[in-house]
Amino acid sequence: MIELENVGYNYGGGELLSDVSVKLAPGSFHFLTGPSGAGKTTLLKLCYGALTPTSGRVRAFNMDVQGLDRDQMAHLRRRVGVVHQDCRFLDHLAVIENIALPLIVAGKDLSQEEANLRELLTWVGLSQRADALPPELSGGERQRAALARSVILSPDVIIADEPTGNVDWEMSQRLLQLLVELNRMGKTILVATHDMALIRAAKKQVQARVLRISAKQLIQAGADL
Amino acid sequence: MSEGRLRKLIMGDAQADRVVPPSGFTAQLTLFVSGAMAFLAVFALALSLASGRLANRWADELARAATLRINAPAEQRLAQTEAALTILRQTPGVASARAFSAEEQAELLSPWFGSSLAIDSLPVPQLIEVIEGDPGYDGTGLRLRLQAEVPGAVLDDHTRWRAPLVDAARALRRLGAVSILLIAGATAAMITLAANAALAANAQVIEVLRLVGALDSYIAHAFVRRFTLRALGGAAVGVGLGMIGVWLMPSASNEGGFLTGLGFQGWAWGLPLLIPPLGALVAFAATTRAANKRLGDLT
Repeated sequence: MIELENVGYNYGGGELLSDVSVKLAPGSFHFLTGPSGAGKTTLLKLCYGALTPTSGRVRAFNMDVQGLDRDQMAHLRRRVGVVHQDCRFLDHLAVIENIALPLIVAGKDLSQEEANLRELLTWVGLSQRADALPPELSGGERQRAALARSVILSPDVIIADEPTGNVDWEMSQRLLQLLVELNRMGKTILVATHDMALIRAAKKQVQARVLRISAKQLIQAGADL
Repeated sequence: MSEGRLRKLIMGDAQADRVVPPSGFTAQLTLFVSGAMAFLAVFALALSLASGRLANRWADELARAATLRINAPAEQRLAQTEAALTILRQTPGVASARAFSAEEQAELLSPWFGSSLAIDSLPVPQLIEVIEGDPGYDGTGLRLRLQAEVPGAVLDDHTRWRAPLVDAARALRRLGAVSILLIAGATAAMITLAANAALAANAQVIEVLRLVGALDSYIAHAFVRRFTLRALGGAAVGVGLGMIGVWLMPSASNEGGFLTGLGFQGWAWGLPLLIPPLGALVAFAATTRAANKRLGDLT
């Protein structure tokens, strides 16, 4: 699905990542962990093409991400669902429109997707909040709405950046449950988190691999948690 | 642009329109600018057309007629007039030549001397009206021949005082045309600024749209469509008001001369109607350029 080959990234003020190689196989569940500022978000951005590596190669769906033009990049983003750390909603649109945004920009006819949308809202437990504006949502509701938006186009890969960063334990369990369900449906999942409890909870339900960023390198943390 | 895309641009996509938040201030700015510019364009167009008409009419009328004046002692006047008429009839390019009768000359002079004065008592030169044919006569050749055979004859083909007037009218027409071009350029510049302001104000929205997989063309269209329609609407109102303004001007008359001739005649009333679509085209080009440039700068 997504493959990083000896990838390095340099912010200009020194190297953040160096010689990172990882392969996200179809249907796999990965956690990405490491201290704050270690480059978790950067690594995720490299995976969905928001950043270009300064060295090495990123391949997604057997395409060289660096070689994609802007339109091809847009099409790549429709195949990778991303839950951003800060959710990135359009605040003037209702929750349901934000969730449907990938459909709208892809030029799909919303009236035909109505049933799917309702089902998705029920799945993430936001049926009652469909017409609310994003600033009116709680942290947990925002994260669930962001997750719903990331899966609306039925992508093969879902990347989530600290989806449980701002929510209580119960809510993070609920979000994890949704991610686990997606993984059982065959989706490839990559979640960046520093919440070890969450990783332990996940390991009871799915076969999750843990990747840790340490000293610019990516280390397979394996089963030692 | 394919037919489908064009239709989409004009008819719009209700969903796509909601994606970019409405921007009250730039919307009003664009409407006002395109309206004001269209209003000015109507007057520049009227000025240009009127001065063009004037230049053509003056050039036409004056070039076609000339006057031959015969200054000769009374006893020779008749003979010289006859000689001059003979020469004129033989000159190629002269359509007709006719000596004014004493009554006609008296009528021409009456504004100055009154009608009661006996014109015969004055040494008034005989006037001959020369109407030029097509192609015209050779003025220099005619003068030389008249000089040799009719010493008292002076050919006045109005060129001396006609030329600067016609030049002025033509310069006015050129100024009008340049004004229209400047108006178009200023409109493009202001709409570019407004579009850039809107794009900058919506940088976050654009980023989110890119993140969820929107193509550049989709994002650009959302802005281009908006600005094009605003320019079209504003210009339509401006042209409407401008045309009413021109229509309310007194109609052309001989007394008023140039000023009252400032307006549209016949088919020319249709010309201002081209301004709104042209304004929309200018807005379309300006916004497309601004949007593509700004989107190209984003990752």
